[in-house]
Amino acid sequence: MATIPADELAIIGRYGPHVSTMTGLRLSTSVEPERLVKTHCCFCGQQCGIQLKVRGNEVIGFEPWEEFPFNRGMLCPKGVKRYLQGSHPDRLTHALARDPQAPAGFSALPYDQAIARVAGAIGRIQSAHGAGAVGVLGGASLTTEKTYLLGKFARVCLKTPFIDYNGRLCMVSAGAANKKAFGVDRTTSPWSDMVGTEVIWVAGSNVAECSPITTNYIWQAREQGAKIIVQDPRITPVARTCDLYLPVKPGRDAALFAGVLRIMIERGWLDRAFIDAHTTGFDQVAEYCSQWPLAHAAEVTGVPARAIEQAAEWWGTARSSFFFHARGIEHHSNGVQNSLGAINLVLASGRIGRPKSGYGTIVGQANGQGGREHGQKCDQLPGWRDIANPEHRQYIAGVWGIDEREMPGPGVDAYEMFRKIDAGEIKGLLSICFNPKISLPDTAFVTRCLDKLEFYAAIDFFLNDTAWHADVVLPGSLHEEDEGTVTQVEGRIIRINKAVECPGEAREDWRIIQDLAAALGRPQGFTFASPREIFEELRVASKGGVADYSGVTYEKVERQFGVFWPCYSEDPRTGAPVPDHPGTPRLFEPGSYNPVARGAGPFYFPDGRARFNVADYRPPVDDAGDEYPIYLTTGRVVSQFLSGTQTRRIGPLVKQYPEPRIEMHPRLAAKLGIADGDWATAETRRGAITLKAMVVTTIRPDTIFIPYHWAGKKSANHLTVAAQDPISKIPQYKVCGCRVRKADGPPDYAAVLEPQQ
Amino acid sequence: MAKPDFLHMFVDPRRCIGCQACVQACTECDTHKGESMIHLEYVDRGQSVQTVPVVCMHCDQPTCAEVCPADAIKRTDDGIVQSARRPRCIACGNCVVACPFGVPEIYEDRKIMMKCDMCYDRSSVGRKPMCATVCPSQALFFGTREQIEQLRPASEPVNQFQFGNQTITTQVFTMVPREIARRAPWIDVTAAMAEEPQSRAVSLKLLPHPGDPGGAAVAPDAWDPFSDVEV
Repeated sequence: MATIPADELAIIGRYGPHVSTMTGLRLSTSVEPERLVKTHCCFCGQQCGIQLKVRGNEVIGFEPWEEFPFNRGMLCPKGVKRYLQGSHPDRLTHALARDPQAPAGFSALPYDQAIARVAGAIGRIQSAHGAGAVGVLGGASLTTEKTYLLGKFARVCLKTPFIDYNGRLCMVSAGAANKKAFGVDRTTSPWSDMVGTEVIWVAGSNVAECSPITTNYIWQAREQGAKIIVQDPRITPVARTCDLYLPVKPGRDAALFAGVLRIMIERGWLDRAFIDAHTTGFDQVAEYCSQWPLAHAAEVTGVPARAIEQAAEWWGTARSSFFFHARGIEHHSNGVQNSLGAINLVLASGRIGRPKSGYGTIVGQANGQGGREHGQKCDQLPGWRDIANPEHRQYIAGVWGIDEREMPGPGVDAYEMFRKIDAGEIKGLLSICFNPKISLPDTAFVTRCLDKLEFYAAIDFFLNDTAWHADVVLPGSLHEEDEGTVTQVEGRIIRINKAVECPGEAREDWRIIQDLAAALGRPQGFTFASPREIFEELRVASKGGVADYSGVTYEKVERQFGVFWPCYSEDPRTGAPVPDHPGTPRLFEPGSYNPVARGAGPFYFPDGRARFNVADYRPPVDDAGDEYPIYLTTGRVVSQFLSGTQTRRIGPLVKQYPEPRIEMHPRLAAKLGIADGDWATAETRRGAITLKAMVVTTIRPDTIFIPYHWAGKKSANHLTVAAQDPISKIPQYKVCGCRVRKADGPPDYAAVLEPQQ
Repeated sequence: MAKPDFLHMFVDPRRCIGCQACVQACTECDTHKGESMIHLEYVDRGQSVQTVPVVCMHCDQPTCAEVCPADAIKRTDDGIVQSARRPRCIACGNCVVACPFGVPEIYEDRKIMMKCDMCYDRSSVGRKPMCATVCPSQALFFGTREQIEQLRPASEPVNQFQFGNQTITTQVFTMVPREIARRAPWIDVTAAMAEEPQSRAVSLKLLPHPGDPGGAAVAPDAWDPFSDVEV
């Protein structure tokens, strides 16, 4: 609804973020927990195993879970302090209704009334303007059961094509590139395969801060002789000790990959046998790369020529290797091309689908993998199926018990949904596990759109910044208050176990979705009694698709410490039942069978061959130059997660890195007359923010870096550009043109806001 | 209960990524809940992201105990130097000044010194300290000598330190590159305190410049990877 219902400080005063600290039972050294619940972290895609200490209905601490094989007890600070998000003063224990008369802009509403109000508004909007006048936004930190249910809810209950998710800001460039190159979207190998490899290339991934547990894998590989190549505009902790640092200019990754591949082709550092037997499209790629002689590549990328040559030699001559990338190369209007460029290097080497050689994108969110497989994407149906494919529609319609003609067609990506809100096409919105006011680029535009909605309902456990604009907020469940499965970075399906019950009137998200369906008078298909029941239907819905979960059970997941998909219930070759398929840790092994190639080869195309794709370099939209001569890049810090809704409410994590800083090199700082700790204003064509400078030599002198986890006047996305990759629609967070000046003095917010606010 | 003598703490500062998982997990240990006994320091954030964790080194002849006027610091038979005992400690701060490694801290509000005790509630029953359990880069490792030798072929555990005229042997091992450990199997604690340090604390493996003799690696700080970048 229009603007926020009360003054910003009033809302913050009542709903936070306030920081929690260890008190009471959590500080006591004489109280034993009653139970230890084995589960996983609620934050990133590493999905570290952890045990939660429970006493009564409270999580009072944690204990490492050393048996879980991926992390063996290791954690990062977020996982350690995660439990402080429970029993939190800001926790929503009741539904809220927008109420400008209330001092903090919201008043409590009994749950049933809130459900009725949301259903009533949805019903009214759809009657007046059609099913497509209502949109749904989901997220990739939800369990797979919930992502499946949400997709079904949008198509079967709301009958709207407009559903998308926050993974649009995360995995989609890598996902689209994987689909184009391999026909399937999953990392190829368990992380344990890395130890014993000869070369690891890490492109656009601040591993130590964004996927900390992966650090030990990379460095154990190094202990056994692996050479580490790191491609990043900043000298991050893993870059600090790497063997070859490639200081790439933001946005220039495709040019670097083309330059490297050209050298490999020239020197014959290729696996010709593999290229001929298992791929198509090499010649067009070779032709493209011939346009990237060394001097040109060095000039465009900002990487010294001798470093490019060394990278080509190490990568070209290795006998085993791993290539990882993450948002650093994917968060671009050229993100799919960048990812395809990386894949071209892997295919040219032939080193994929065998022990000690693999490839993958490092997933960011808890269920970034699972959450992009079973239907909450605008073009997707369960099992990694395609909502525009008639056979896929027919099968899923059968599972859902609907007529295929009733199933909507493809929708649009999350950012395009906001454009449709701006245009008045989408008038109502339901969101969960997504905080677009902070996480989407061009905050001013997103805020305007929120103000245009006729009705907005948010499901959350805290009042997140986007929900300030909501008409109704429904009190959802914390990760530890529900159970289900997620699929982590390796493609391993794991169990999330419930530790405590929801407080007050809050309830599990899947119950809320089902209550809405019932209130809308369309409960058919939304009467599951438990996440397990949802999972059983998901198994059937995914069966026969590329992401086949049909052989997975909760018990198998626990017994095996996770199951890698595909896990078949029927042999894809013969259709004969398979009683206990163990899952598929490694993809693309020679001789492996997949239901798309049907034996023609290991890759997921009818001819079984992987595709080389010409991976075009294009300069970024709103590139640095002239009036905005500095590159702005944005990213993360280890103690905060995404938009900070949870981690900015946890005291010890806020203390670790309280407020965003502008990272800049001393040469740039000297030119601008800025000292470490000075207030500085960063400005782009979209807006300006004032933060304290952090003057460090660990970043390119033509680039500044701002972490994006904060809200309001501290939000980096006031500056970023909404340019999207044409294929993946991912926004270009990692680069835009910017200018910086020393601020006249502290910004207004400095006197009134706490660091986390 | 005693810490098993075949289990040791091994610290490799080169592996520290500054994530503070150790600091956060340390505050969860039952012996001293709410306070972190491990400290994490940036060496020089302006120049590098290098951080080092500081745990109690559990010296065989603990200087802190020797200078304590109240005999409040005790070393158990398993070699662990315990934190100051409450009835005795007078929070005078002698130990803070005396410790070669900068470990003990005085908590003024509680009038007591507190320091790392290797998570004694855990290590005394053969479990890993919290910091070593959670460390995602395993800069902090707790296990046997055989395990660390197998996992870190390029490093050697060192537990001898020179602090001015004082030779110190510790229970906690520091991992040192093998070729350096071979030359001198002790660590000079005060070396970094010199006006001009002998070598930078940062390690940035870079390529030799063209023209450098025989492809020898240049000193870590000699090549600025951003030297060609225009501002």
